[in-house]
Amino acid sequence: MQTDTRIVIVGAGPAGLAAARTLVEAGLRPIVLEESPLAGGQGTRRLSPMTAPHRPALFGASAEAIARREDAEDAVLQQCDFRTGTLAWACHDNRLELLGPDGFDSLTYTHLVIAVGATDRLMPMPGWTLPGVFTLGGAQVALKRHASFIGQKVVFAGSSPLLYLAAAQYLRLGHRDLTVLDTTPASGKARAFPAMLRHEPRTALQGLSLIAELRRGGVTLRSGVRLDRIEGDSRVQRLRYTTARGRDMTAEADAVALGHGLRAETQLAELAGATFAFDPDFRQWFPRTDDMGRAGERLWLAGDSARIGGADAADAAGRLAAQSLLESLGRAADARQVQRNTRRLRKQHGFQRAMTDAFRWPAKQAASLADDVLICRCERVTAGEIRAALDTPSGPIEVNRVKSITRCGMGRCQGRFCGPALGEIVASATGEPPGRLRTQAPIRPIPLVFDAGPIAAEGEDT
Amino acid sequence: MSPALQSDVLVIGGGLFGTFTGLFLARAGLRVTLLEKGQIGAQASATNFGNLRLHGRSARQYPLSIRAQELWENYGSLTGEDCEIDRTGHLYFAGGERGETQLRKDVETATRFGVESQLLEGALLRERFGFLSDRIRLAAFSPRSAVANPRLSTPPVARAMVRAGGTVIEGCEMAGFDVTSGGFAVTSTDGRRFEAPKLVNAAGAWSGALAEKAGEPVPMFSAGPPQFVTEPLPHRLHPSVHMVEGDVIVRQIPRGNIIFSGYPRTHSLPSGAFTHVPPAKTLRGMRELAQCIPMLARAEVIRVWSGVEGYLPDMLPVIGPSTTMPGLFHAFGGSGGGFQIAPAVGQCLAALVRGEASPVDISSYGIDRFTERSEVSEKIHLEFDQ
Repeated sequence: MQTDTRIVIVGAGPAGLAAARTLVEAGLRPIVLEESPLAGGQGTRRLSPMTAPHRPALFGASAEAIARREDAEDAVLQQCDFRTGTLAWACHDNRLELLGPDGFDSLTYTHLVIAVGATDRLMPMPGWTLPGVFTLGGAQVALKRHASFIGQKVVFAGSSPLLYLAAAQYLRLGHRDLTVLDTTPASGKARAFPAMLRHEPRTALQGLSLIAELRRGGVTLRSGVRLDRIEGDSRVQRLRYTTARGRDMTAEADAVALGHGLRAETQLAELAGATFAFDPDFRQWFPRTDDMGRAGERLWLAGDSARIGGADAADAAGRLAAQSLLESLGRAADARQVQRNTRRLRKQHGFQRAMTDAFRWPAKQAASLADDVLICRCERVTAGEIRAALDTPSGPIEVNRVKSITRCGMGRCQGRFCGPALGEIVASATGEPPGRLRTQAPIRPIPLVFDAGPIAAEGEDT
Repeated sequence: MSPALQSDVLVIGGGLFGTFTGLFLARAGLRVTLLEKGQIGAQASATNFGNLRLHGRSARQYPLSIRAQELWENYGSLTGEDCEIDRTGHLYFAGGERGETQLRKDVETATRFGVESQLLEGALLRERFGFLSDRIRLAAFSPRSAVANPRLSTPPVARAMVRAGGTVIEGCEMAGFDVTSGGFAVTSTDGRRFEAPKLVNAAGAWSGALAEKAGEPVPMFSAGPPQFVTEPLPHRLHPSVHMVEGDVIVRQIPRGNIIFSGYPRTHSLPSGAFTHVPPAKTLRGMRELAQCIPMLARAEVIRVWSGVEGYLPDMLPVIGPSTTMPGLFHAFGGSGGGFQIAPAVGQCLAALVRGEASPVDISSYGIDRFTERSEVSEKIHLEFDQ
């Protein structure tokens, strides 16, 4: 490797690992930064030692293939400078700022691949901040990392393929009180299915077999419902909803997992200089890249953080980004590989685009949310406060000013969870497409002093 | 082409200088129209730290500053709204010997102008402000100083101006202006036309272009401080706290978050659209803050920000009539101290526009001062990236 080349990959999920693999195969040794303790990503999250004994039950016939893939990933990471527990919290002037197990550090790069994935996209509803409400991703983390269910009576609600996947994983590990409430009507899925089948027949059919598995397992499945409210005294006790035929129903529950598809984690890309374009199908802002994921002179983006596509698309995008990076180093790209992965990526993206019809983001619901529903959990800002600000003369007319006036999106999560709903509420008032909250560092909260020691008892620290 | 909108006064810029000028003019019965290229109070007026600090100002600025504080204290009756004004007091402390010398001088100056600034050291300092690190030996407390929420402070002034009969037009960027027999004819980038005998240039960091067109260029530049905010914490830090050397400027807002500002300031992008916060400055500020106020060491930073602020080499604003074009007035270049003086700037300028004497002498803020002498504040070397 040339001494003046330093390639950094942020994120060791499917996209980051695929990029690392391509670079290692080309004889390079990239630095791979991973915020969590384990490589693997979210959807393809590795099992913790606690959960590992359940591997055969959880993965069934795929267990062996998954184990082989994980071994191959580990072999690649051994050829990299792999740093776990390391957060890249800022990026400025071709330098990443890190917070790792040994404290703050910075890292200058010549080439940067960002592959930090996505989180659940949420549409707030009355009661969604009660203890016992999780994201779909959170429900999976509980299972795979902590070998725990989020509750005894669990409702998976929203509209996302992950509703069915998470429910199936719970079922396979012995959970017997599961309900899936999908807000997209069956007709929407029927309409989207031919296109999904055309782009990715295997995945589309897997979806059908997942639903069949849930039916066989006695899981309650409803689609086309309207989620009305989550109720409980001090934590979740039930979810009230209306069926497609207009009947009021109640699902008793001690835990609810919510999700309306995925939301790209774009903050680091923005700090690294990416610009954004609104995608009307996904109704979210994605960073601009060329066909191979290049977003700047030294910047490549891959996987769900660049554009929602799932694990297979992330793998193809990671390889393409690495090929493009190699080309920029003056190495000839493998034309066949590029062609193959471009085709894979196109198919996956077509599939995901078709899925936005099968699992619809309930954009219009934002307009009908009651005024007292909390939108911003961190700062406790309600839909009514946002609407009042929008109605004020000389008041805000776009999301960043709404944030400035109401504090919506100004808290610990910096709008990562309330941002999509905030965007839709503002859009419903202005008639413009939803706006995008601007990013500033840090990507996650960082302490003033790393490891400041134990907290003194109350009254002793003055 | 539609006819031009006629007014008595056109104000360019919807920051605090522009809206307060517009408010006082409208209250005096003039037909005033304010044009804002973006949204009201969205630039330096909103991104600054929010100190309404009375002591430690340039000696020249005390009369204006005291007048401004009176107006801030009446913000509620002036605007009919609130912007989280809190008379927290302001605590300067010295980080080292240079600061201690400066602090004693500042207290003397404040006292000379009748502004109370109490010098505190030793046991008294420990007893009153025990959150400061033990290594800090000298501080000065100004009880009348206050803070406000800058994000919330400008829109109420604009609304009060409209209630007083003024007109506010947002999303209206000036493309250029002509001098006519009747005064000024302004055209916006989207082709709207406005005419008035008087024109006020209050376009903040973007004011230089208008001044230059009037034949009186100013050596203004744009910059902003590195600022950050922590998660909300229990209320423990009441006064606004400020290291006199400028490395640590910190307060706790009503929501509980700790907000921080410090030097050196960073120059804005050449486009003038944005000022970066270099992470190295954030890290340095975090370390300095934890050293000065150890109880904050575990606080978590959730966001950084800066702003695009106009600065002049002597660190004073431009306020007053044009020397080249009768009927044109300037109010811009707050130079890091514009937030506190803004209401008084508006009041003085409104008086000048109406042909009356300014209630406070502002002759030292004239735009012609850069041709006569070229004073450069030592702050330019101490408080900015060189």
